[in-house]
Amino acid sequence: MDEFVSAFLNWDIVREASPILWRGLWQTLLLSVMVVPLGLIGGVILALLSTAPIRSVRLLAAGWVDLFRAIPPLVLLVFLYAGLPFAGLDIGAWGAVAVGFFLNTGAYYGEVLRAGIGSVSPGQTEAARSTGLTQAQTMTHVVLPQAVRNVMPDLISNTVEVVKLTSIASVVALPELLFQARQAQNVTYNASPIVAAAVAYFLLLWPLVRLMSRLENKAMAGRR
Amino acid sequence: MRKTQSPPIVQAQALWKRFGPLAVLKGVDLNVAERELVFIIGPSGSGKSTLLRCLNRLETPDEGIITVDGIDLLSPKTDINKARQRIGMVFQSFNLYPHMTARQNVMLALRKVQGRGRDEAAEMARAALERVGLGERVDHYPAQLSGGQQQRVAIARAIALAPRVMLFDEPTSALDPELVGGVLSVMRELRESGMTMVVVSHEMAFARAAADTVVFMADGEKLEEGPPDQIFGAPRHERTRAFIRQIDRH
Amino acid sequence: MGGFENFAFSFLNMKVMAQYLPLVAQGFLLTVVLALLIVVAGLALGLFLALTRSFGIRPLNWLIIFLVDLFRALPPLVIIVLLFFGLPAAGLGMSGFAATWLSLTLVLMAFSEEIFWAGLTSVQKGQWEAARSTGLGFVQTLRHVVLPQALRITIPPLTNRTIAITKGTALGSVVGVSEILGASQSAMSFSANPSPLMLGALAYLVLFIPVVAFGRWVESRFAPKR
Repeated sequence: MDEFVSAFLNWDIVREASPILWRGLWQTLLLSVMVVPLGLIGGVILALLSTAPIRSVRLLAAGWVDLFRAIPPLVLLVFLYAGLPFAGLDIGAWGAVAVGFFLNTGAYYGEVLRAGIGSVSPGQTEAARSTGLTQAQTMTHVVLPQAVRNVMPDLISNTVEVVKLTSIASVVALPELLFQARQAQNVTYNASPIVAAAVAYFLLLWPLVRLMSRLENKAMAGRR
Repeated sequence: MRKTQSPPIVQAQALWKRFGPLAVLKGVDLNVAERELVFIIGPSGSGKSTLLRCLNRLETPDEGIITVDGIDLLSPKTDINKARQRIGMVFQSFNLYPHMTARQNVMLALRKVQGRGRDEAAEMARAALERVGLGERVDHYPAQLSGGQQQRVAIARAIALAPRVMLFDEPTSALDPELVGGVLSVMRELRESGMTMVVVSHEMAFARAAADTVVFMADGEKLEEGPPDQIFGAPRHERTRAFIRQIDRH
Repeated sequence: MGGFENFAFSFLNMKVMAQYLPLVAQGFLLTVVLALLIVVAGLALGLFLALTRSFGIRPLNWLIIFLVDLFRALPPLVIIVLLFFGLPAAGLGMSGFAATWLSLTLVLMAFSEEIFWAGLTSVQKGQWEAARSTGLGFVQTLRHVVLPQALRITIPPLTNRTIAITKGTALGSVVGVSEILGASQSAMSFSANPSPLMLGALAYLVLFIPVVAFGRWVESRFAPKR
């Protein structure tokens, strides 16, 4: 038992490593604040394209979404970070993460928002158009606000996934929380910094997970 | 009759509309004079709602001419969003924006289409809601209103834009019987104020009392047209007679 | 060499691809095996937890809820790293394959429990009462009346979640598993050419595009009627 505690829950080691763990946590937060809006922008664009009145545009958008839902995000990230430089295009760790998340999480947000737009009844568009609002005004003021509200649980759930996914940035040596915890573990030969990082992720995301499961239960009950 | 006094404000000629192999409108004409109330009746599937929806181009007819208040609705050069402000529309399912209060529902087009300032739009919205008897409910959301109140908000949303013509697509069909009266009395008040109206509805008593002209449609064609006394009292066409008999039995 | 030839040499180098095709194909097989093991174990555990939860034993339910929350909040890569690099410190070595399998199984367990549970609770009380009033027992009611209804509405979210988690097998490359990404990354360093990575990406598309399309079909097939 003592052995277990000293290997996993070693307070002295965590305290020693705490400065770099804090720096890692800060980077994780920064990364999240960057990639969530990027993904949302990509998602809105894809959702608009996949509900466009032109069939070929819709198919193209659906194909794009499926492509990036089929490729694991880590594969995309490794390609952008380690593959592109062979073509003389080195966008660095931050650049690779930004582009990768824009493509990957954009596809997921796009699916969620498309479902949201589909859930708004066509009568809403007709009413808005009958008062003279343009297509774009109808989208911005009438359809999108309702769409977002209807799929709020899925948007929150997707956002939790995005924050969790930032941990893969450690693979391209971006010094976020998991990366720093691994560094600390390498130096101290002790797993406690990784446990500390896990606890940090849990504390960060647990409130959202609770909220999510409440909303999901409600949504399921409402489906019947 | 008023109809002979002024030229038609709505003119539809030889409208054809097909959905795939099915022709829903087969060369329908419709003229509505200023300040006239035209009532369109007919069995379901007769094309009456499609005809109404063509009049503000929510449906585009395949052939024909539509002029409203001197504007050629079907010309590609027409700014349809501008034209639609002159043509108010009220739907069977209300279609209020659920994420906005009654006042915000009315304000949206005033602000975004007519470009009015916030205060002015709010004041106009309040006035319109007062006119439909909902001055006390301006800050309620649609979900907090009864079906009849929601439909009156929808009417306010249309009249706030000061339209020249109002179109009603079965405005009371989705309402519980005890809520119909409130909507009809708002429509009666509108009619008395001189609004030009085209109404698709099954409210025959209201048609008898308030309509100038009743149009009977069946199978995409206009079979008969005339003052209510004639259509309800002495219909010429056999199908009109059968329809009226069936309605009266209910 | 022109721009396109340069690009083709780097990313679509047939010679390199042919050379490392067997390696990537092995990775493909390993990914399929790993994914199947995760799906079977994860869904079985999730259903088991959801059914256990329906008995309504308080302390047990708190434990289940905590487990589910924990594995929904932790990034899978953090769990993998913890199992692979952390456990040996306690004398409990674990292969990269086992660590990846166990992590993703726990994550799928957590997500599927939540979905199964939501499905179970969405079946109205009247269904329980009606079945019990005809003399069916608790387990019989669950099996013949409640589960069939619950499963139907859980299928679309379950499919999508399962696809997303199975894609996490690529994380195994971080702990030395030679699944598709791991294999193509080693091939990339051997050959100093990223073409194997393109081959790997292609392998993922071959594997997952049909699955994603299936997910779309399921979603429209079981869509709630408005």
